[in-house]
Amino acid sequence: MHGQPRRPAKPEDDAAAAAKAAKLRDLQVQVLQNHHSRTYTEEALGLSFKLLEINPEAYTAWNYRKLALQHNLRELTDPEAIKSSVDDELRVVEIALRQNPKSYGAWYHRKWLLNQKLTPVDFKREFGLLDKLLKVDARNFHGWNYRRFLAKFMGVPEEEELKYTMDKICDNFSNYSAWHNRSILLSNLLTQQRKGFESKQKICSEEFELVTQALFTDPSDQSGWFYHLWLLAQTSSPENPQLISSWPCNGAKLSLSLVGKKDDLNTVSSSLKEGIVPIVLYFNEPVKGLSPSTVKLNSDLVIGNNIQWRPLSITDSGHSNCWATYLEITNKECSSSQQFSVEVSIPCSDDIVSRSGSHCNCPVHFMFTIELGNNDDKARNIDLFHDPISWNGSESVQSHGNPSSVPFDHLNITDALVQEESKWHLEALSEQIDLFRELPDENSKFAKLTLARLSLACAAIKSRGNSPIERKGYCEEALGFFSDLIYLDPSHKRYYEDERSSVQMDQLTCNMATFMEHCSDQVQSNLSPLNHVQLCRLALTRIGYPERLLWVQMLDLSHNNLRSVEGLEALQQLVCLNISNNQISGFTSLEPLTKIISLKVLDLSCNEIGAHSIDTARYICLSPFSHKVEPCDAFEECRKKNINVEEFWDAILFFKSVNLVQLDVKGNAVANKDTFRTVVMTLSPSLKFLDGTCVH
Amino acid sequence: MGEPGELAADEHVRYIVTAEKKKDSFESLVMEHLRLSGAYWGLTTLDLLHKLQAVDAREVVDWIMSCYHPESGGFAGNVGHDPHVLYTLSAVQVLCLFDRLDVLDVDKIADYVAGLQKEDGSFAGDIWGEVDTRFSYISICTLSLLHRLHKINVEKAVEYIVSCKNLDGGFGAMPGGESHAGQIFCCVGALAITGSLHHVDRDLLGWWLCERQCRDGGLNGRPEKLADVCYSWWVLSSLIMIDRVHWIDKEKLAKFILNCQDKENGGISDRPDNAVDIYHTYFGVAGLSLMEYPGVKPMDPAYALPLDVVNRIFLRKQQ
Repeated sequence: MHGQPRRPAKPEDDAAAAAKAAKLRDLQVQVLQNHHSRTYTEEALGLSFKLLEINPEAYTAWNYRKLALQHNLRELTDPEAIKSSVDDELRVVEIALRQNPKSYGAWYHRKWLLNQKLTPVDFKREFGLLDKLLKVDARNFHGWNYRRFLAKFMGVPEEEELKYTMDKICDNFSNYSAWHNRSILLSNLLTQQRKGFESKQKICSEEFELVTQALFTDPSDQSGWFYHLWLLAQTSSPENPQLISSWPCNGAKLSLSLVGKKDDLNTVSSSLKEGIVPIVLYFNEPVKGLSPSTVKLNSDLVIGNNIQWRPLSITDSGHSNCWATYLEITNKECSSSQQFSVEVSIPCSDDIVSRSGSHCNCPVHFMFTIELGNNDDKARNIDLFHDPISWNGSESVQSHGNPSSVPFDHLNITDALVQEESKWHLEALSEQIDLFRELPDENSKFAKLTLARLSLACAAIKSRGNSPIERKGYCEEALGFFSDLIYLDPSHKRYYEDERSSVQMDQLTCNMATFMEHCSDQVQSNLSPLNHVQLCRLALTRIGYPERLLWVQMLDLSHNNLRSVEGLEALQQLVCLNISNNQISGFTSLEPLTKIISLKVLDLSCNEIGAHSIDTARYICLSPFSHKVEPCDAFEECRKKNINVEEFWDAILFFKSVNLVQLDVKGNAVANKDTFRTVVMTLSPSLKFLDGTCVH
Repeated sequence: MGEPGELAADEHVRYIVTAEKKKDSFESLVMEHLRLSGAYWGLTTLDLLHKLQAVDAREVVDWIMSCYHPESGGFAGNVGHDPHVLYTLSAVQVLCLFDRLDVLDVDKIADYVAGLQKEDGSFAGDIWGEVDTRFSYISICTLSLLHRLHKINVEKAVEYIVSCKNLDGGFGAMPGGESHAGQIFCCVGALAITGSLHHVDRDLLGWWLCERQCRDGGLNGRPEKLADVCYSWWVLSSLIMIDRVHWIDKEKLAKFILNCQDKENGGISDRPDNAVDIYHTYFGVAGLSLMEYPGVKPMDPAYALPLDVVNRIFLRKQQ
C-alpha cells in the first residue's frame, strides 16, 4: 500500500467497505471458476474485465484473457472480427492502467498482444497513450520501457527518440528518466558512428552545454548531475589500457640465494629465498588476456613452458588490474654465483583487452637481472623467526639509503601516453571547472563534488603528462572540496572520506621526496633488511595506488580507519603487514591477503573482527553462498574438532589460505572465543607466535 | 513526528498473526493473488523477531503445498491461481525458514524454473513469456537454495543481467531500462549468488545508491522520488552486497523506519502516518536487521532470509 493515510475505520465506512469487498470476492471466485472450466463466453470475459478494472494486479485474470483470446480466435477468420477482439483487449489494458499505471500485468498484456501480430498496430494510438501517461507521470518507468519497446518494434530511428528525450528534458529539466534514455541512445549512436555522431568530442561538448544549462537552472536537482558524471567519464577516462607499473621494475637487480627447503617453514618466504621470483604487472584498468603469447619472457634462465599469468583480483573474473606469474628457479641453476637477465616485452596486442573492449596499443619492454649466489650469511636465515617481529619502528625510520631501489614510474612510458586528444580533454575539463566555480549556490554539494571530480580528472591527465606540480595543485583542490563536503553533507561523510583517502594515498606516494619520508630499511634480528613503508595515523580508510607499493616487504598501516585491504594483493613481496587499530570487520574482507604467498607476519589486533552480525564483505569474497568455494576439507577437519563451521566459516577459509608464522589478533571480539583459537591452531601449522606468545 | 522510540516488536508480531486471519477485507482481497508472497513477508518478519513459533508450521507447510502445481512444478500465489516463479521463490523461501525443503520434488521445481530460461540467458516469469531481471534473480535464487544452479546456463544468465547495466552503474528491468533500486537489488543479488559481482562498478553504483538517502533519513528508489520504507531493504541489501553500506547514515534511516510504525496496532507503513501493510512491515524490520538493530536476527542480503537459515543451507554437512 503506498500513500494511503493511516486512520481508524469509521463505523459508517464498514457497510460500504463490506459491500465492496463482497463484490470483489465474488468476481475473483467467478473468474477463477471460468478459468478452470475454460469458459470463454462473452459474459465470462466481461467478469474478468470487471475484476481487472478493480484490481489490475490479478495476474491469473490476464492469463485467462490470453487463453480466451487464443481460443476465440480459432473460430474467427473475418479480419474485422479479429480486429474487434484485439481492440477489446487493448481497451481492457487502458482501463486497467487508469486504475494502476504501474501494473506489470496490464503493460505486459499489451506487449504480448502486439507481439501476436494479429492486426496492424495503430502506432498513433500507442504513442498517444504513452504521451498521455508520461504527461501525468513523466517518470513512469513502465511507460518508458514501453516506449523503448515500441520504438524497437516499429523501427523508429534512435535519432528520433533522442529528439523526444530533448523535448521531455525541455519540458522539465528534472526528469531523470529522460536523461537516462538520452545516455543510452547517445552511447549507441556514438558506438555505431552514425551520421552526425562521428565525433565524440563534438557530441560531448554539446551535451556539456545542455546539462550545464539544466544545472544552473536548479543546482539541487540530482538528475542533471548524474548525467554530468557520465559525460565526465566519457571525457576523462583513457581510451586504452596501459601498463603503469611492474615488479621487478626496469633495470632492477635482484639477488637470490637458494637455501630454503620445502620443509623449512620458518624461512622467510621472501620469495627470493625459496627460488620463486614473482613478476607483477599492473595496468591502469582491469584487463584480460595475459598469456605467454601476449607477454614475451626472454631469459638465459631456463624458463619452463608452463608460465601462467594469474589475475590477482579478488574475484576470479578474468579481468584484473594486476597480473602475476612466478618464475621458479631450481637448484640446478644455482651451483655457483651467476647472473641472469630476464626481459619482459608486451608488444601491441589485440588480445590484452579491457572490459570495454579496447586493447593495449602501447608496447612495453623492460629488463631486470637476477643474481644467484651462495652467500654464507644466508645460512643464519634458516631460523628467521626466532623472535617475533616488532613493529615499534616509528622512531627508527630513516630515509631510504638508496632511493633508486624504490621503483616507480620506471617504465618510462608516461610520455607516450600523452596523446593529442588529452589536450581537448584537459581544455574541456578546465572549462567545466571555471563554469562551476561561477555557480550561484556555492554550497551546492553536487557542485562541490563535481568540482572535486573534475580536479581529479585533470590530475590524472597531468600525471600521464609528467607535470607533478600542476598535478599536485589539482589534488590539493580536490582534498579541499572533500573536506567541505564532509561538513556540508554529513550523512554521506564516509563516502567523501573514502574518496579523500584515495587522493591522500596519491599525494603520499606520487613523488619520491614525500614518499621517502615514509620509507626505510627495517633491520630485524635474524632477518635481512626489508623494504619498509610506514603509513600510520593518516586517517586512511582504504588503500589507493597499490601499483606504487609493489616492492614493499614490510608495511605498517596501523592506526588508520581502514575497512578494507583491497589492493594489497598486488604486493607480492610483502612479508610483514601491520593493520592493527583499524576498522576491519571480518575475515572475509581480508581475502586479498590470501593472494600474497610471501606473507608471514600479520598484525590484526584492535580491529572489529567478530563484532558485527552483518558482514559487508560476505559477497565480495569467495564463499559457498556465491558458489565459488565448495565445502572443503578444512570444514571437515574443523567439524572433527567440534568447531561450528556455520559460525567460523570465514575464519576457516582465511586461515586455510594463508601460511603465517606470526599473528596478532587480540583486541577483536572474535579473539575472545576459545573455539577461534582452535580454528587458528588447526589450520596454521607453521604459526609460531600468536598474540606475542610462542605456540610451537 | 517526535521521537520514534524503539521497535514495537510485540505489536508487529500481533499485527502479522492477526492479519493472516483477516482474509475478507478489501485490502486483503486485492492482495489475494499473492498470498504466498504475503506469507513469506509475514513469516520472515516473525523469524527475524524470534517469533516463528507463533504459527503452526505444519499448517503453513500444508497450505503452501496446496498452492503447488504438480504438472508444471511451479507454485501459484494462492490456491486456484496460475503458477509463476515469483511465488515459487516465496514457497521455497518459506520452506527454508521451517527447514522443510524435504516436502518438495526438488528436481521437478528446478526443471520448471530452468525451463523458463531463454536463449539470451534471460528468464520469463511464467509460460506467457514476460521477461524481466526480477525473474533472473528469482530463478537464480530459487535454484541456488535448492542446490540446482547447474540446471541453467549461469554464464548466459549473468551476461543478460550485465546487458541491463546502465551508465549510472545501476540496472534496469531489461536492456535500456532505467536504474531502479528494486531492480538493482535483483541484479546485484543474482550476480552475488553466482559469484559475479566483479561486473559491478562498486564505487559508481555505491554512490548512486547512497544518494538515495533523503533529507528525512529514508531511502528512495530513484533520484528525485520520495523516501519509502521498502527501499530500506532494496537499497541497504544492495549496498551491503557491494560493501558500501557505510556510505549512508544508518542512524537517520533507523529513525525514519521507526517513525513509520503504528505503535498501537502494530505494522509499518511506507511513510510516517500512512496505512500499514505486511509488505512494508517486512521491509522495515528487514532494514533494521541489516543495520544490526538489537533484538532482530541478522539477514542475508542476497537470499533475503535470516542469516542462520542461509548458513544452514550452504554449510550444513551434505548427506
